[in-house]
Amino acid sequence: MDSSQLLGFTTFAYLLSAVLYIGLFVFRVKKIGTVATVVTLAAFLINTAGIGLRWVESHQMGIGYAPLSNMYESLVFFAWSIAIFYLFLEFKYKNRYLGAFSMPFAAIAMALAEMKNPQITPLIPALQSNWLIAHVVTCFIGYAAFAVACGFGILYLLKNRKKEHEPEGNMLSQLPSLRVLDDIIHKTLVFGFMWLTAGIITGAVWANSAWGTYWSWDPKETWSLITWFIYAAALHARFTRGWGGHRIAWFSIVGFGSVMFTYYGVNFLLSGLHSYG
Amino acid sequence: MSKNKNSFIDFFASVKLALFVLFFLAVSSIIGTVIPQKKPPEAYIELYGDNMAKLFQVLDIPDMYNSWWFILLLGLLCLNLIVCTIKRLPNVWRMVTLDNLTTDLSRLGKMKERKTYHPSGSINEAASQVKNSMTSCGWKSSETEREGGILLFAQTGPWSRLGVYVVHASIIVIFIGAMIGSYFGYKGSMMIPETTSKDTIFEFGTGKPLKLDFSILCERFILTRYDTGAPKEFLSDLVVLEQGKEVLRRSIEVNDPLHYKGHTFYQSSYEPYNKFLVTLTNNNTAQSERFLAEPGKEVKWKMGQSDITYGIINRQATNEPGVLNYKIWFDDESGEPSTFWILDGGSVSVPRGDTDYTFTLKEFFATGLQVTKDPGVWYVYIGCILMLLGLTAAFFVSHRRIWVFISNEDGKSQVLVSGTSNKNSLAFEKTFEKLTNKIDSDLSA
Repeated sequence: MDSSQLLGFTTFAYLLSAVLYIGLFVFRVKKIGTVATVVTLAAFLINTAGIGLRWVESHQMGIGYAPLSNMYESLVFFAWSIAIFYLFLEFKYKNRYLGAFSMPFAAIAMALAEMKNPQITPLIPALQSNWLIAHVVTCFIGYAAFAVACGFGILYLLKNRKKEHEPEGNMLSQLPSLRVLDDIIHKTLVFGFMWLTAGIITGAVWANSAWGTYWSWDPKETWSLITWFIYAAALHARFTRGWGGHRIAWFSIVGFGSVMFTYYGVNFLLSGLHSYG
Repeated sequence: MSKNKNSFIDFFASVKLALFVLFFLAVSSIIGTVIPQKKPPEAYIELYGDNMAKLFQVLDIPDMYNSWWFILLLGLLCLNLIVCTIKRLPNVWRMVTLDNLTTDLSRLGKMKERKTYHPSGSINEAASQVKNSMTSCGWKSSETEREGGILLFAQTGPWSRLGVYVVHASIIVIFIGAMIGSYFGYKGSMMIPETTSKDTIFEFGTGKPLKLDFSILCERFILTRYDTGAPKEFLSDLVVLEQGKEVLRRSIEVNDPLHYKGHTFYQSSYEPYNKFLVTLTNNNTAQSERFLAEPGKEVKWKMGQSDITYGIINRQATNEPGVLNYKIWFDDESGEPSTFWILDGGSVSVPRGDTDYTFTLKEFFATGLQVTKDPGVWYVYIGCILMLLGLTAAFFVSHRRIWVFISNEDGKSQVLVSGTSNKNSLAFEKTFEKLTNKIDSDLSA
């Protein structure tokens, strides 16, 4: 059993979890919900074990490093962050219907990871830094929160639209009220913004310790700042102009688009220093 | 006149302007990530044609993050932050330091969160009971006599209202740090061959030589490799010399630079020369000499009566990745020449009749250092810490206030509990409910 096999199981487990939550959302059979939670918990544990095992394997190869250093590893950690963040929300709000709008992101992240080469390769000198670990962890906690906020934004818009057409007795009625949903989106955005800020800062400190420049307008850096501006604008609009509801829901979707471009698009479409993930 | 002045201030303090600037910064920042930056003018002509390239030059697109209009946008953001803070801070400060025991009592009955109870005891008894209930729920209250009764007040996190201004200030501090860095700092590089010292940096971009008032000696450079042959670590043993005297000695690696007199020296690259540093020691006389030897070329050392001649005549890979073994031919005019193998970085003892020699060999490199002087970096870091503290206060701490007015209405005691929170009203509802449940059960006990 090696870590890439474990993480392969994780992919299937998250896919199953996503399918179960969507099933629960569509058919509203309570039993599916319990199974979905159990599967998600198990998937999360396998995911954790996979990351841990990969860490051990790298040490056995004599090149020990925290498995957070390339696209494959960051996608695995992204899925892990989404799962733990969602499980926390499920526990806190005692509502399983949110899973259909969160766990698909974890499944997609793992599916994207499966397309990458899982081989453990030694780190180039610049990546051998504790600031790197801090940078990746903070960024991906933020990204996970933005992913979930995007899912809830979509949910909000669905529910908002349905409410206008058919007020009672549809599948969306199981969901938290619009007011609670709006509150969850806002809190998730705030949480993500905090971690994104910390992620940009730890990245700057790392860059300064490796190259002597904390900011160099590299495409990755610039896009992280663009994302930061978008969410900063959303928060200002809410705090001072009372924006809420569908407008913040749209912000959470557009913001996540920018997050995904920062994380994924920049590496494929633009060139720069930040070529490792 | 004063009306104009006000509308001018209102404009620069407005959130509308902030949203506008954030939007334009976000959109214009995209340009520089799509169009390559800081390339020579010909590159733009080749990529985009003559006319577009001209337009780009006019708009400073090739170096847009340093262009006048981008700096202007950043300046506008700063101005917006400063004016907004100056305009709002006095009111917010008043809220933070406000004596809430003087609150207009008629407001209490209109607050969204409120509960009324009618305990059987006197108002003084009720007041002390409520006070205890509040303490046990973590609300430290103060009290005062007001017309018709007793007013209790407790609050948490009034200072959190300042959080957002701390965040705004932190952005200004970061900009100040960046400006200090760009006016008083510079970046450059130096290439120091092993065993030599240098005191000149070549500035990035301009290539201008800058002289340091001290010099850096590179004693040794080591390159280690992974099994795959990929570089694992670069390491340089550096010595700082002031007027030729050693003042500091330190090994640096990537991610672990040397700091001296406001300058930071980063390990960034290296240059191989296909030459070798050889040290030859006569152990009997303790005479020693260092040479720079090229493979396949004879080296001579005149020592006493005998001439020593040696050369590197072959090389071989070892099991260790990237480490080579070298074959040496050695003669000191006493009998047959010796041949022996020596590892890169190793040392070999060579017995020759009644004389013993020690022969060491190491591949010769120059270490590539990146040098920066950035006196603004600590302002930037302080700004970053302020930003995180400010965001924490602004997002996760709310200013919660609870008033309890205990009065005598028609001979009966009445307890009015009311409260507000400046954010997170859903969570406050729950906290308020917990407190009022406690007060209710304590009063009826």
